[in-house]
Amino acid sequence: MTDVTQRMGFFTDTTLCIGCKACEVACKEWNRVPEDGLNFLGHSYDNSGELGASTWRHVAFIEQKKPVNVETNGSASDMRWLMSSDVCKHCTNAACLDVCPTGALFRTEFDTVVVQADICNGCGYCVPACPFGVIDKREEDGRVWKCTLCYDRIGVGLEPACAKSCPTKSIQFGPLEELRTRARARVDELHERGVADARLYGDSPADGVGGMGAFFLLLDDPEVYRLPPDPVVTTRDLPSMWKAAGAAALGLAAAVAASVLGGRR
Amino acid sequence: MTKTREQLMVPRAEPRTYYDRPVLKKPVWKWYIPAYFFTGGMAGAAAPLSFAARVRGNRRLARRAGLVSLAGIAASPVFLIADLGKPGRWYNMLRVAKPTSPMSVGTWLISAFGPLTGAAVLSDLTGVFPGLGELCDALAAFIGPAVSTYTAVLTADTAIPAWHEAWRELPAIFAGGSAASAGAATVLITPAADAEPARRLVVLGSLMELGADRAMEERLGDLAEPYTSGKASTPAKAAKGLLAAGAALALAGRRRPLLGKAGAAATLAGVALTRWSIFQAGFESAEHPRFTVQPQRERISV
Ligand code: SF4
Ligand code: SF4
Repeated sequence: MTDVTQRMGFFTDTTLCIGCKACEVACKEWNRVPEDGLNFLGHSYDNSGELGASTWRHVAFIEQKKPVNVETNGSASDMRWLMSSDVCKHCTNAACLDVCPTGALFRTEFDTVVVQADICNGCGYCVPACPFGVIDKREEDGRVWKCTLCYDRIGVGLEPACAKSCPTKSIQFGPLEELRTRARARVDELHERGVADARLYGDSPADGVGGMGAFFLLLDDPEVYRLPPDPVVTTRDLPSMWKAAGAAALGLAAAVAASVLGGRR
Repeated sequence: MTKTREQLMVPRAEPRTYYDRPVLKKPVWKWYIPAYFFTGGMAGAAAPLSFAARVRGNRRLARRAGLVSLAGIAASPVFLIADLGKPGRWYNMLRVAKPTSPMSVGTWLISAFGPLTGAAVLSDLTGVFPGLGELCDALAAFIGPAVSTYTAVLTADTAIPAWHEAWRELPAIFAGGSAASAGAATVLITPAADAEPARRLVVLGSLMELGADRAMEERLGDLAEPYTSGKASTPAKAAKGLLAAGAALALAGRRRPLLGKAGAAATLAGVALTRWSIFQAGFESAEHPRFTVQPQRERISV
């Protein structure tokens, strides 16, 4: 049985990804996510483009002119291929959840962030609030959708469909603290093996979203993978914004008072 | 942050992106939302105008400003509900009251403001319960400025770079435009002799919006680009011209009522166009990943 007091999450180790897209497919099947285009984008092997209302796991493909480690690769090549399965970050401080005016978005007992489809009224506020461009509206349906971290599966002790289907364990599911420890050890190991590029993204509770429930091991800058380099939850500035609005409201009242009370009737 | 000449001459490296695909999702809001910013803002500012005019004894002006406020706030929910993906579920907004959600705060603001304005105007027109009507009028005047400005927080409380980074000035832009449009709409339906305070409000409001707009563009630096070039720039420029012309004509309206009304019409168009340009600039800044990546990169590599 899953210990419900623990925060659960994903660690996606992109060095292990082989770009098979089993996660994309497993997610669609388990969650009955509708088809959203069979496209040829011309961006390497990427055909789904980005996360969206009907793409809850997205595999990015990046081709770079950069020699790979010949020793482990066996053949000399001046090209490397980065692959990474992206997903909702289940932020500690989640902007989507903060701004939702209906309470449709909520935090589960696993500390994940989930939309209640029977409550969402499609106001769309969460869409521009997410600093990762994850959540989106399904136009034909009117509501917003995103990864639930397989709320139904983890509730009965199963792992999420994507992690289950990943043949290389690039997607790892488990208690977040455990994953963080494992990920740090993995980076150390890679550094020792000479992979100096290896770094974690989203593992630190000190980042702009208070740490991500789904974090990554990357081999290049986050923006190369379509990840924002320094995401900040927009509501961090909300108290200051309300103050600015308060000052402006007083200014408005003063302008009215000056117009009516000052000078001729 | 000052840069030396040498630094300025080094060409800025284009930020790295994933096939130039956007990092953020574009907002899914349609034109209803800036339309609501216009009607709601006008309604919020017309309420204190009505109240102050009544206190000053200018009943003709007070009544008409009240009508402007009621018209604005009556149109608002129509726009807001039309924009929902599930309009039939609009009442889910009333399930919770969340201070972290400007949309929730706004829902409750207009839920209080609308009925108060309605009651005040009804009492004024029919003469029924005058005391209660005046109380409602005063309360609406108190809440009105918040109705006009919370929408700026709603806009800024997103990850959209051109909106979020403008959080300091957006409220003043919205406040100024709301004041100008409330004054202008009232000028249009008030006999010129009674409309002098409304004409003054057009001038003050327009100056406030233009000043705040200028301050915003200066502070945004590179991030002002979505406002100053691209698809938002045409409405933004037109808005500035219309607001300046509107204010000048409103001043002339003292002697020549027709010019005053023409100025009021120009002001209304200017305020509406500013809202449209801000809306467009947000989309523009979400579409191009460099607006998201560049400032964040600079933030972490200093
Ligand atoms: S990544 Fe976006 S959608 Fe996911 S929890 Fe964070 S803010 Fe919400
Ligand atoms: S679209 Fe739905 S989930 Fe998103 S903020 Fe609105 S009500 Fe909440």
